[in-house]
Amino acid sequence: MDSGTASASRRVTSEAVGTSLPRVDGIAKVTGRARYLDDLDAVGAWHGVTVRSTIPHGILDGLDRDPAFDWTDIVVVTAADIPGQNVITLIELDQPALVPVGGTIRHVDEAIALVAAPTRARAFAAARAITARVTPLVPVLSIEDALTGPIQLHGADNVFKRFAIRKGHATDGEIEAALAASAHVIDSVYRTSPQEQMYIEPQAMMAEWREGACHVTGSMQCPYYVHKAMKPLLDLHAEDVIISQTVTGGGFGGKEEYPSMIAAHAALLAKVAQRPVKIVYDRDEDIAATTKRHPALIRHRLGLDALGNPTVIDVDVVMDGGAYATLSAVVLSRGVLHAAGPYKCPVVRIVGRVVATNHPPHGAFRGFGAPQTTFAYERQIEKAARLMGADPLAYRRRHALRAGDTTATSQVLGYSVATDEVLDAIEQCAGTPPVRDGVNASGAPVKRGRGVCFYFHGAGFTGSGEQRLAGRATVALAAGGRFEVRASSTDIGQGAITIFTQLAADGLGVDASRIDVIDPNTARVPDSGPTVASRTCMVVGGLVEAGAKLIAARIRAWAESVGRAGSIEDLADDAFGALGPIAETTQYTPPPGIAWDDATYTGAAYPVFGWAACLVDVAVDLDTYEVAIERCVQAVDVGKAINPAIVKGQIEGGTLQALGWAVLENVVYKNGKVANATMTNCIVPTFADAPELETIIVEVPYPFGPHGAKGVGEIPMDGPAAAVANAVALALGVEFDELPISPEVVAQRLGGQS
Amino acid sequence: MTAYVRPADLAEATRVLADHPAWMILAGGTDLMVHAQHQPVPVGILDLWRLPGLGGIDARQRDDRSWLRLGAGTTWREVIADARVQHALPNLVAAAREIGALQIQARGTIGGNLGTSSPVGDSLPVWLALGAEIELRSVHGTRTVPYADYCTGYRKTARGVEELITAVWAPVPATGTRLHWRKVGTRKAQSISKVMAAAALALDGDTITAARIGLGAVADRPIRATAIEAALVGRRLGDDAIAAARAALAIAPITDVRSTAAYRHDVAANLIARFVAA
Repeated sequence: MDSGTASASRRVTSEAVGTSLPRVDGIAKVTGRARYLDDLDAVGAWHGVTVRSTIPHGILDGLDRDPAFDWTDIVVVTAADIPGQNVITLIELDQPALVPVGGTIRHVDEAIALVAAPTRARAFAAARAITARVTPLVPVLSIEDALTGPIQLHGADNVFKRFAIRKGHATDGEIEAALAASAHVIDSVYRTSPQEQMYIEPQAMMAEWREGACHVTGSMQCPYYVHKAMKPLLDLHAEDVIISQTVTGGGFGGKEEYPSMIAAHAALLAKVAQRPVKIVYDRDEDIAATTKRHPALIRHRLGLDALGNPTVIDVDVVMDGGAYATLSAVVLSRGVLHAAGPYKCPVVRIVGRVVATNHPPHGAFRGFGAPQTTFAYERQIEKAARLMGADPLAYRRRHALRAGDTTATSQVLGYSVATDEVLDAIEQCAGTPPVRDGVNASGAPVKRGRGVCFYFHGAGFTGSGEQRLAGRATVALAAGGRFEVRASSTDIGQGAITIFTQLAADGLGVDASRIDVIDPNTARVPDSGPTVASRTCMVVGGLVEAGAKLIAARIRAWAESVGRAGSIEDLADDAFGALGPIAETTQYTPPPGIAWDDATYTGAAYPVFGWAACLVDVAVDLDTYEVAIERCVQAVDVGKAINPAIVKGQIEGGTLQALGWAVLENVVYKNGKVANATMTNCIVPTFADAPELETIIVEVPYPFGPHGAKGVGEIPMDGPAAAVANAVALALGVEFDELPISPEVVAQRLGGQS
Repeated sequence: MTAYVRPADLAEATRVLADHPAWMILAGGTDLMVHAQHQPVPVGILDLWRLPGLGGIDARQRDDRSWLRLGAGTTWREVIADARVQHALPNLVAAAREIGALQIQARGTIGGNLGTSSPVGDSLPVWLALGAEIELRSVHGTRTVPYADYCTGYRKTARGVEELITAVWAPVPATGTRLHWRKVGTRKAQSISKVMAAAALALDGDTITAARIGLGAVADRPIRATAIEAALVGRRLGDDAIAAARAALAIAPITDVRSTAAYRHDVAANLIARFVAA
């Protein structure tokens, strides 16, 4: 369970930033040498399995153990075994680690007991030998039920959190008056579906107690989130909780908050079993129990004057938070902050609510609320363009924000606004739109259409989040002429180790092969903040670069003081002899002039935005009603591509996830339980489902990001679904305002026989 | 402990099965391994993987007709690669190409697909359209059953508990026969079928003289659309045949987590209509 390091294996001769340095972790991963949690075996480790509820809402009256089962080598843990507070600490303190006897079950896959055994098979058998006695209660299983039904799950109105953004004359009366005075009002209701992250490595965690300290290691995005959750649960001091990340096979937000739950379970089992305990979720369990993208219901009213200029935007966003608050408030926040889109409009009202239901909690997923509201506003803008008889790209260009314009939160955009760059990029490669009627390779008639969208995504934490986090990262001089980067940012497949290597190398002025990025471990790295919000490169990468420059300066100062000349590479080993393992830890400071008011939701919602435009050509098969994506072009402004190959990979991956969400992905709930909790039925796109993705990297630098870089991880997820819907609407002459645009939905909307 | 036997030849295989009719028969394992950890441990496993005498594709003459005899142990990769199958049974090759991924195609077998007899089994509608026969062998002898009579219910077949599926006999379609296949899955590759249709149409000019149509994923077992087959005889390809086919479609598919009854019905109609278009 010890940490290791990763270092660049290939020497590069020029500066590292801006080159596609091969992934530092790449060879180990493609050769199978990388060791994921399930590959690790601690001596004497047992296997843990979770006993879950079978009803979505009710009272846990008791837990019965089958007397016929042989319990001799089994450890059972219930809420009564928790040494500290029975809570998974996050924004709210509402979610227990285990439902206590007498407590309320709030979703169908909630943990009610834990078992550990020497083998996985024995643990599964023991879990089956525990029966819950329950008193069922009527569940709340939809947004509508939560808002208008009689069951109260949270407070008086089932609302976990609400936000309101108002710009211009935006009292409720003024909004209605502005809509009434508009020449046109586009008034539509949009629905988006839950989505599963489907990281390739299921959730996995191992815990071990040594000398009163709890060591937890596993697959995660945010070691310090887990650390924060373990302290009150286990009643331990900070230094007695040590959290480390193992090689992680994808996260997409799914390993942001949920790992705290599995860590809690593994730690509790390990404490009672007095040996290491490993919990590795089955895929089916992972799909059923862990967080999904929030389903959303959005009413969007867009008022236009006679010339087609937006005069008022009024959006009502409701998201299904599921059984516990988890990160829903923050997801909703990002959702509402993007809901007006990157368009000029003098009067804006955006109201957002996230409600409690008896679904498993919805949580973090790439895009984090923005894909839902982006789908709505880019459908609205499309409808406006068509209503005005305008070219869709030209209409967007006319009304898009530029530097000097204000957003819905009255943030004045000062710099790094890439509206024209991304729209130009799309326009230049667009070519001729497809002919509407045709035949596909199966011999079926098709209707083709082209859709576009234009969108933005705030980089980094919302509002004053980055200031509150005060993320830190360290660069240190090590023996042998090497340097260490210490940050809690995890590499979850997105390339963090490689990016940090490049930024540190150039900050120091050394070759990338001299850099070791330390595996995140709360005993060895500072809290850099969580690995979320497209902030790892822009924020933490900036700290790494700053720390590297400080170390280089200290080496140069030492060299000067002893009359030595030469490069940092030449000096490093001797400097280490003279100075020892000097380290520089830097802390985030916001760019100048950034102000955000949480009370009124006005000001700089984000220090900077990424900008993007997308073009999609679709062909709808009139025999099968399947929507085939025949072409997809994304132009994404990332400020600066520190590693173009990694940036391209991020854009392609996010785009494919968005295309899947648009036409085929869905999580189907039946009585509060995921009905399609298998990879067979909870499908994600394959290569056969996507065209060759055309990616255009646009670089309009952010003055306060490392080398001008801003976020890239999330933005490609936001826009493509709207572009697909816009294309299908054009192809078929029917509006599609709900996701997914599945063949079944298309068939129904076309009224059967083609 | 689970008993495990990997027989040396067909004779041993049928003997083991005669002694242990309740044992699990493992062909490629692509169905059985998926469910292994959610099923009771079997008493015994009879592993037929690469059993001599169970593989091979041969041209045969029988009852004054030309047949291709495909050994039950033939994998989908072997089906796809065989020139005679490509030439004579292109719709079988098309179906095989859409089964799973390469790894599944390399392990999954003709006999395994027939043995599991899932209503969504990807090769099964093709056997209906081709008029194939299933060869079964036990210690008591060998018999053949028309595939149209083979599936008797949801995952139920005419195979006796002591019988092994040893081959499929597919008649080589007469020159000029139109063969069709289309699978509609949850996505373009590696998907479970929502609707499948296969057809063999014998023609005199553009008039249909005989038709066999197999459908999958629209009933509790693969089914022949016999009413449509009858309605098509004497019809001209095109609007005439399309109207007859649509009018005669009589299926009652279900709604499940993958699709809806209405969708399956409409798409089955559309696929057949496309097969009989001009």
